[in-house]
Amino acid sequence: MSDYAIKVEGLGKNYLLRHQAQGRRYIALRDVLADKAKRLFGRRSPISEPRNAKLEIFWALKDVSFEIKSGDAVGIIGRNGAGKSTLLKLLSRIIEPTTGRMRIRGRLASLLEVGTGFHPELTGRENIFLNGAILGMHRAEIKRKFDEIVAFAEVEKFLDTPVKRYSSGMYMRLAFAVAAHLEPEILVVDEVLAMGDAAFQKKCLGKMQDVSQGGRTVLFVSHNMEAITRLCPRCLYLVNGSLKLEGDTRAVIKAYSEHAKQTTAEIDLTSLRRSFEGTDEARLLRLRSLRSEAAGSWCFDYGTPLEFEIEFSVSRPIQDPEIGYQLFSTTGVQLASTSTAQALPLPALQPGRHQMRIALPDFFLNPGTYILGFSVSTSNRNIDNIGEAAQIEIIASKGSIEKKLHRIWAPLTPRAVFEMTGPGDAADAFVGEERGRQAA
Amino acid sequence: MQELTIEAGKTERHYWADIWRYRELFFFLSWRDILVRYKQTVIGVLWAVLKPVLTTIMFVVVFTKLAKMSTEDMPPIIFVYVAMLPWQFFSSALSEASNSLITNSNMISKIYFPRLVIPASAVIVCFMDFLISAAILGVLLIWCHADPKWHLPAWRIVLLPAFTLLAFLASFGISLWLAALNVKYRDFRYIIPFIVQFGLYASPVGYSSSVVSEKVGLKYGPHIAQLYDLNPMVGVINCFRWAFGSTVPFDTASVVISVTVTLLLIISGIKYFRATEKAFADII
Repeated sequence: MSDYAIKVEGLGKNYLLRHQAQGRRYIALRDVLADKAKRLFGRRSPISEPRNAKLEIFWALKDVSFEIKSGDAVGIIGRNGAGKSTLLKLLSRIIEPTTGRMRIRGRLASLLEVGTGFHPELTGRENIFLNGAILGMHRAEIKRKFDEIVAFAEVEKFLDTPVKRYSSGMYMRLAFAVAAHLEPEILVVDEVLAMGDAAFQKKCLGKMQDVSQGGRTVLFVSHNMEAITRLCPRCLYLVNGSLKLEGDTRAVIKAYSEHAKQTTAEIDLTSLRRSFEGTDEARLLRLRSLRSEAAGSWCFDYGTPLEFEIEFSVSRPIQDPEIGYQLFSTTGVQLASTSTAQALPLPALQPGRHQMRIALPDFFLNPGTYILGFSVSTSNRNIDNIGEAAQIEIIASKGSIEKKLHRIWAPLTPRAVFEMTGPGDAADAFVGEERGRQAA
Repeated sequence: MQELTIEAGKTERHYWADIWRYRELFFFLSWRDILVRYKQTVIGVLWAVLKPVLTTIMFVVVFTKLAKMSTEDMPPIIFVYVAMLPWQFFSSALSEASNSLITNSNMISKIYFPRLVIPASAVIVCFMDFLISAAILGVLLIWCHADPKWHLPAWRIVLLPAFTLLAFLASFGISLWLAALNVKYRDFRYIIPFIVQFGLYASPVGYSSSVVSEKVGLKYGPHIAQLYDLNPMVGVINCFRWAFGSTVPFDTASVVISVTVTLLLIISGIKYFRATEKAFADII
């Protein structure tokens, strides 16, 4: 018998995609009934599509097999949508697999659970017990670790205060303290989902290191190649739901960045989900990236300029048009946006097809995944707006800057000029410029 | 060390074992919901008392004073209140449990546990309300004990726990259906207040069910009248009234129908809940 902690065989998970329901998040009974009624009264002509034409099976994860030895720290990488989070959710039993089998030895806990089930009306003490139970601790176990948790979170004085009166820092500390004392045999960390709070991420990583050094198994999903290299000797690489590569982290990351450079050229915007119903005066059609590592891909090396071209059609003349981009984090926080209204006033758009290049020559995105959106509007109305036109990935493939980056948790590093004056400095002050471009 | 094997399509076999393993979570969730509910103590407890009492007073005025309907020889306030108790429990369990999965979607999408725990703990909270309002019944009994026409047979009260269990199971069965449907079809929640409102009049809360069987039975025959018993609350309310000294004799047929319907609801509810539960994290 081998000493595996997790053994996965032919694991798969599929979803049915409803094409008609695009842009609608939930099924409504109203629509189901309306559909049934339509069928009943024969509104289906002989040439219309078959009944299940609207359904398409999408495999979020397909035929994945691997084994993780007890005590190993293993990284999972892949682009967004490659199935990383699906894999973690399957392992933590949040969703059930469609095919295959997995064996898990020992208690599995994931740090994306932090604060789950906290209730603002309850006191710190009550929440510790509740959250502990939710995370799978027994009452005796929580009681035993209670003092430790309280000390770790530094909330002794506020134990009997409802957590709704806590500062966000205290809240986070308490939530993390409970999770940190869970002592699972297998720890799962999804950086992508935990993103947003820098201090919290650091704590997660620290905790992870402790856990893996303590001889327990760790699974780590991240876009931060440096962190993966540092923490995990072994790595899994997922592409479109399948396991593409498994092995030594350095080799896998190399293959990942090679592969990422070769993917997709052009994005068809016509069928993408609109952020809101606009007018039909203009419509975004296509998006190309121009100056990525390899022309046409959506993977950019850290520090290189970003450049895109969008194509859109105009059906009626539009006065005072404004065209812009928006950049979001994967958690949906808007990080940046610029529109032509700020740069150059555009002349009225005439009917026909137009192209526009958008270059961000001095951009400063740190490695990670971002979402790019585009909009056409005027000062008083939205014409067309796509919130998620493309996912772009910034990778740090150059060895020299990895070391500098591992302490950076913010998405942006704006160009900054540092000037130092003081005793011992030369008369003309020391001037240093820190910007991503230099490193590239 | 515990080893867990999860195989596609075979998760069922863990399920009941898991429910047992997660009993502490169930306890804590119920405890949380109860705590939160009565946190602002005065409002919380007062509400559990005021709601049935005020509705009862209204029903007494409308049904017995204005419409002069039979109260099965019970004091009007007792007559309505003992029906109001299970009904209030039933209706609040319905509305609370059906929303419970949505309000806890955060937990459902982040960790694993048998989802059955959530609507179950919602029903438990409503049961606490039921117990509090039952305490008021004690006050009412003392207040009305001098009523000459009414006599309270003590031995019947012994059967109350069984009747309460029946009410509990009926509420839980329907709650499971509604909770699952509510996740699947998001516009289902608009129907629930209607079901509750409709049910208040479809169940013999303000009037005696014997009125229905008499009038409908005379016109369409006794079998049609028995269709009324398909509403599980009819049997439950009849049992409660009987336990508190109603002069209408115990209707075994009606109770058997109630119990059957309740069991069917529970079994089909669990089945349906289990079937949709697998997809909760995907669609919630």
